[in-house]
Amino acid sequence: MAQTMQLEIFRYRPEQENEPTFQTYEVPFDEEWVVLDAINYIKDEIDGTLSYRWSCRMGVCGSCGMMVNGVPKLSCSAFLRDYYPGTIRVEPLDGFPVERDLVFEMEGFVNKLTSVSPWIVRKEGEKKPLEEGPYKQSPGELSDYKHYSMCINCMLCYAACPVFALDNDFLGPAAIALGQRYNMDSRDQGRDQRQEVIAAHKGIWKCTFVGECSAVCPKDVDPAGAIQRAKVSSTADYFLELLMPWNKSR
Amino acid sequence: MSLKHDIVIVGGGGAGLRAAIAIAETNPSLSIALVSKVYPMRSHTVAAEGGAAAVIRDDDSFDNHFRDTVGGSDWLADQDAVELFVNAAPREMTQLEHWGCPWSRNPDGTVATRPFGGMKIERTWFAADKTGFHMLHALYQTSLQYKPVTAYNEWFATRLLVENGRCQGVTALELRTGKVETVLAGAVIMCTGGAGKLFPFTTNGSIKTGDGMAMSYRAGVALKDMEFIQYHPTGLPGTGILITEAARGEGGVLVNNKGYRYLQDYELGTPLEVSDPNHPVKKAMELGPRDRLSQAFIKERDRGGTIPGPHGHVVHLDVRHLGEKKIDKKIPFVRELAKNYAGIDPVHAPIPVRPVVHYCMGGIDTLNDGSTSLPGLYAAGEVACVSINGANRLGSNSLTELLVFGALAGEAAAEFATAHGELDVSALERQGADEQARIARDFINKHGGTERIAALRREMNETMENGAGIYRTHAKLQATRDKLGELRERFANIVIEDRSLTFNTELTSALELDFMLDLALALAHSALARTESRGSHQRTDYPERDDERFLSHSLAYRGHDDTAVRIDYKDVVITKWPPEKRVYGQQSSAEKSPEQTPPGSPAGNPPVDPQS
Repeated sequence: MAQTMQLEIFRYRPEQENEPTFQTYEVPFDEEWVVLDAINYIKDEIDGTLSYRWSCRMGVCGSCGMMVNGVPKLSCSAFLRDYYPGTIRVEPLDGFPVERDLVFEMEGFVNKLTSVSPWIVRKEGEKKPLEEGPYKQSPGELSDYKHYSMCINCMLCYAACPVFALDNDFLGPAAIALGQRYNMDSRDQGRDQRQEVIAAHKGIWKCTFVGECSAVCPKDVDPAGAIQRAKVSSTADYFLELLMPWNKSR
Repeated sequence: MSLKHDIVIVGGGGAGLRAAIAIAETNPSLSIALVSKVYPMRSHTVAAEGGAAAVIRDDDSFDNHFRDTVGGSDWLADQDAVELFVNAAPREMTQLEHWGCPWSRNPDGTVATRPFGGMKIERTWFAADKTGFHMLHALYQTSLQYKPVTAYNEWFATRLLVENGRCQGVTALELRTGKVETVLAGAVIMCTGGAGKLFPFTTNGSIKTGDGMAMSYRAGVALKDMEFIQYHPTGLPGTGILITEAARGEGGVLVNNKGYRYLQDYELGTPLEVSDPNHPVKKAMELGPRDRLSQAFIKERDRGGTIPGPHGHVVHLDVRHLGEKKIDKKIPFVRELAKNYAGIDPVHAPIPVRPVVHYCMGGIDTLNDGSTSLPGLYAAGEVACVSINGANRLGSNSLTELLVFGALAGEAAAEFATAHGELDVSALERQGADEQARIARDFINKHGGTERIAALRREMNETMENGAGIYRTHAKLQATRDKLGELRERFANIVIEDRSLTFNTELTSALELDFMLDLALALAHSALARTESRGSHQRTDYPERDDERFLSHSLAYRGHDDTAVRIDYKDVVITKWPPEKRVYGQQSSAEKSPEQTPPGSPAGNPPVDPQS
């Protein structure tokens, strides 16, 4: 008989159920399958009512984050073979309100991204006209922010973040890393306006530097490092202002 | 009740976002609805890897890019469109640079370029090997600053609203609530991408179901050149995950089961040693166009040169000679993907690859400004067919295409919407109510039925691969067409188990399959009617290109019932380069001297090694 494996999946349909339940499904075990393949098998062959998000199946669209045995994972990158023969428990990412089954609310996350002004800001009159071609940026300047630009917005770092777990208003690892991504970009001049948001009380000061966010990041963005860096530069701003109040324009 | 905006954009990928920004920048007073079935950063633009083409080096020219693209298209591209495209490309790419896209750089800080298949000169801008990801995120993040853009994230558009001969909005299902709403506007821009999911083995994500093509087709707009489907020559077996052409642009080679670079036997030129400073030779061997490389794979398989594996036959893509440092710098994602999904570290072992469905050259028939035969409807990106891609798209033209034509469609739609602010609101709302009733009746409240959605989709995928794959014949295409007709009928008998109004993905799967069946039929009919071989459309029963009869775009119109398709044609626009024999390898070697300008010559950026 072919090998099989059990998945316990979090189910919640707000019109039908008052509270979530777990449903167990038996799927074929395939060495090459990821958790997402097993979930797709369930959807296609066993139970068409299971809802979840997915698209690229190659770890770049960021849609399919789930708790797999209690750990935030991209379900397209978590292989069944790493859990076999045990049971796999699949839940929506921690810390977000559940809409249905494995689908959770993410509008709040998008608002946080927007709040850090994640775009190139140029001072009035300092925009380079298109006719003059691209800005120059040395490979070294590129590497200053490149790893922060690798964030796929999968939100695993939020699910792992102990501060976010207690306070959903926390700006959170990905949004702070994104702010830093632009702060560190040699083409950008918007650090001051971003810093107001990032250094606000709901921002970095709540982070206790547990580092869970960087540990679960599938793309080595190191949001914890971004947060520490933001803390340091905000502290530097604070002291500079204290020492040189006339130099506020920097 | 309906929602009202000046313009509705359907699809939040690269083309849709570029269109939104173009409108917001040029007409800040217009309100824009960005309706997308996924959050925009999930859109499939995210998966493009290798790069985006635009002339930037001093030793390159618009004419070079034009000729590469027209030749690559097997002369089916419209030359006026290609000329417009190559001229606009550098400005658009520079614009994206100003918006923060982290392009890889030369040591002097200028933008780096890499060689790509079918391109005569290094003109492909890249952000390592996650170019589409970085472009999409730069566009998305940039778009967030524009207040006139209202995002309808996770709203699934189901139908175009046409009244009084004009497209005046869409109906869309809000996934979170299950409500079908009407979103009215003076103009609609379709940017929903391609339809790779018609096929079983594809690089495309699950969302690439051709929704916008099908909605437009149902509204009476022609689908152009649908028979032209691009197979990318290097996908991972089993998953279909893309291994970028950049792997070959950086010097990777394709070998058969004897370690032999078999492409030399298929009119793609003669190989240079990988240690030769002139390797890889542009427009030859591994840097030939995708259609020819995928066809060569099938021929190699047929003569016993491929390697059998658990997921069918493969050949080997070998990048070992590049060394770990270069692999990690230039194609790190290739390494990550091969390690994770094929269990192969390309630093130490060749990567097993096979052709995989990648891109639709065809799509909604549009003019150069994105307009269609339906006033008020515009389209851009993979969903559209302008056509700059003709019978075969060159790698790295599509990312640039979505910028150039996304912006143009945005501007044209803004102009149209400004001139057509009056909407037939009550008639449109009646249509919206009808659509709401249809979705309730045929799907949410549908009882009985025995056909599983996944089973029908699988049968559709199989028949597409069998009949409409790399090599086609009349008999096989006819069998596919007949099978699709059967599936179309059986679709009426689907079973829907999920009655929930909250994020009902069984419903969206059904709507997507419904769309795909229409597109599959249009494709099969178009392919049956084109009794010649050109680019990606290869008919073994008609092996030659036939310019007498088929130097023309096919136009597929929806017929009088669900399965009927009417095929018409319109001429290709030829402005300055009449059709010639399409030659790679030999001709490229002959052309080689001018492009081998030595470093440091007055001819532009030195071909230095980019740092990242």
